[in-house]
Amino acid sequence: MYKYDSYDQAMVDTRVEEFRDQTRRRLEGKLSEEQFRPLRLMNGLYLQLHAYMLRVAIPYGTLNSAQMHALADIAEKYDRGYGHFTTRQNIQYNWIKLEEAPDLLADLAKVEMHAIQTSGNCIRNISSDHFAGVAADELIDPRPYAELLRQWSSFHPEFSFLPRKFKIAVIAAEKDRAAMKLHDIGIQIVERNGEIGAAFYVGGGMGRTPMIAPCIREFVPLDQLVTYAEACLRVYNRYGRRDTKYKARIKILVHELGAEEYTRQVEEEFTHLLEQGVEPPLAELERIKPYFADPAFETGLPTEIDRSDPDFALWVDTNTHPHKAPGYVSAVISLKPVGGIPGDASTEQMHLMAELSKEYSFDESRVTHTQNIVLPHVKIADLHALWTRLDAAGLGSPNLDTIEDIIACPGLDYCSLANARSIPIAQQISERFAKKGRTQELGELKLKISGCINACGHHHAGHIGILGVDKKGVENYQLLLGGSEAEDTALAKITGRGFDEEGIVNAVETVTDIYLDQREEGERFLDTYRRIGMEPFKEALYGE
Amino acid sequence: MANEVSETDFGTSPDDVQFRFRDDEVADHAQVTVDSFLEQTNAVAVRIEPGDDARDLLPFLDRLQLVEVNFPVFGDGRGYSSARVLREAGYTGELRAVGDIGIDQLAYLRRCGFDAFAPEAALDEEDAQAAFARWDNVYQHAADARRPIPELRHE
Ligand code: HEM
Ligand code: SF4
Repeated sequence: MYKYDSYDQAMVDTRVEEFRDQTRRRLEGKLSEEQFRPLRLMNGLYLQLHAYMLRVAIPYGTLNSAQMHALADIAEKYDRGYGHFTTRQNIQYNWIKLEEAPDLLADLAKVEMHAIQTSGNCIRNISSDHFAGVAADELIDPRPYAELLRQWSSFHPEFSFLPRKFKIAVIAAEKDRAAMKLHDIGIQIVERNGEIGAAFYVGGGMGRTPMIAPCIREFVPLDQLVTYAEACLRVYNRYGRRDTKYKARIKILVHELGAEEYTRQVEEEFTHLLEQGVEPPLAELERIKPYFADPAFETGLPTEIDRSDPDFALWVDTNTHPHKAPGYVSAVISLKPVGGIPGDASTEQMHLMAELSKEYSFDESRVTHTQNIVLPHVKIADLHALWTRLDAAGLGSPNLDTIEDIIACPGLDYCSLANARSIPIAQQISERFAKKGRTQELGELKLKISGCINACGHHHAGHIGILGVDKKGVENYQLLLGGSEAEDTALAKITGRGFDEEGIVNAVETVTDIYLDQREEGERFLDTYRRIGMEPFKEALYGE
Repeated sequence: MANEVSETDFGTSPDDVQFRFRDDEVADHAQVTVDSFLEQTNAVAVRIEPGDDARDLLPFLDRLQLVEVNFPVFGDGRGYSSARVLREAGYTGELRAVGDIGIDQLAYLRRCGFDAFAPEAALDEEDAQAAFARWDNVYQHAADARRPIPELRHE
């Protein structure tokens, strides 16, 4: 794992001081709320329906146990004993007092954490593959590149007042576990003629106008990575729309200019910037890399699993992922208990996950963009003991990538922009399918819910998506089918007219019935949808 | 004339400059818009609005003594790029940030090459000095001469 040196620590400490000073000026009335807003946002502090929400950055989703313990303590000390893991691998607290926020940030800084640029119109926390460094299918660990970009983007003087927020994801496998093409910049580390470089996808995003990022450069040499990113941002800062925030994301610029013209301008700026020497030395990348080196894996470990306990066997089948080292797997802790709030973890649960990561996973855990927690390096021989302890704490749900593994935004329960509640819909759906015992039968099925068109719950990218809309003051839900945020990225389509709360849960059941009825050998819901199209689903839903 | 603003009224005067990081005389020239500047071969001062392209000025850097970059609202960050573009092209004259500028923009503006500041509303002196001095180090290259952390690590 990356460790701060004295420079990194000083930067974060200085930020805490700066924010303390900003808060003081706000409380003294020297800053109006309007002036303070973008400042607090750049520190991850939102004003929500009931209180302030604070978003803490978890760079590329990687945590050690001391950090997880600290997150648990913060939930206890400043919140109501809960934290909420987010779709960008961060954690949010929903009940923060402004006066206490500087102390909270100081507590974070003690464990090399911060809330820098987790919100606001700046370059946000950089996300990555939650199986980085572990997955058997990856080219190389993408996190050193993400760390390089984290540093470059932190307090970037030119790009702190962009037209709109800016999200970057970095992966290094063909399989996309980070929704890379739905980011403002998606970077895939690739190999060409034995040389490592980066493919740049620019202009993706969700929100009200979802777009899949086109590839604008297939290969940027590693010693020009930061320079290329800088060129992409400068063209965006210059031309991104500022007349309406709904059209201010880079996806709109790339769309309006056309990918070709945008690329031409980036290349022009890139040529210019290459002469300016803005690239960090390659030695810096070499310095970062060893922090992400493999831990000391044991060899000669057993690879057999005693499957005599069927509950355990089921959990192993759904919640573990192959590891590159023999005798190990990655174990995924589901934060989606049936009827629970997706992504929530209590103080006790966070403490437990921290302990387990220390005991069983070389002190490391990861946050996934699906709002679960990964213990990346678990010995197969330890799985049963691990599962037993997880299960006792309500963390053993065997439902990864199933219809119970729902992504849901905070919705009307917390969010001032919401049209409808998301959480109760997620709860009802997981309860309904769990009760019917249908979850396992349905297999991989990614269901995602947003409480409004801003799409925080990724509904555009769900195999099944649900979107809360406001229909004459009544909560109403649209159903979407066929999205994907994996390497076969696709945007879901609306089935037709919306449903009320009970109706949407029934509608989900109806479309899964069609799938079960029509699926062919080995097909997931998404595959069947792609083969048979929207019509059969529509017919079942609306009888048309 | 399309430009109704009389030239002496346009832009800020030396009196408006609250912070300055240059030893030369404060430039006191009437600024003109980028469009007029491109037409007037004798103008030496220009004011850039957010929608202007600073690259239009690059052929004329020799005769420029003052560039004022206006921030009508501080959230519109185009002026940061304008400043860096000018400095990268070798402009060494005064680069003055004017308009809706607060304490918390000062450090960023300074790094992008601004060396004079004329905020619309005068800033608290102490808070401003603290803001200019806050960051001992920086992570990335910009228009100032500061060496970023990734380089300092490999001295
Ligand atoms: C409750 C407070 C929240 C508010 C007010 C809020 C607001 C917004 C808005 C306005 C957008 C649209 C941005 C745009 O299209 O330009 C957005 C997008 C998004 N938000 Fe949130 N959000 C909130 C909570 C969350 C949470 C809890 C998560 C993570 C679980 C989240 C993750 C996202 C993601 C992934 C997007 C889509 C990014 C994209 O368009 O590419 N948000 N949010
Ligand atoms: S999708 Fe809408 S309702 Fe949900 S968190 Fe985002 S802004 Fe709020």
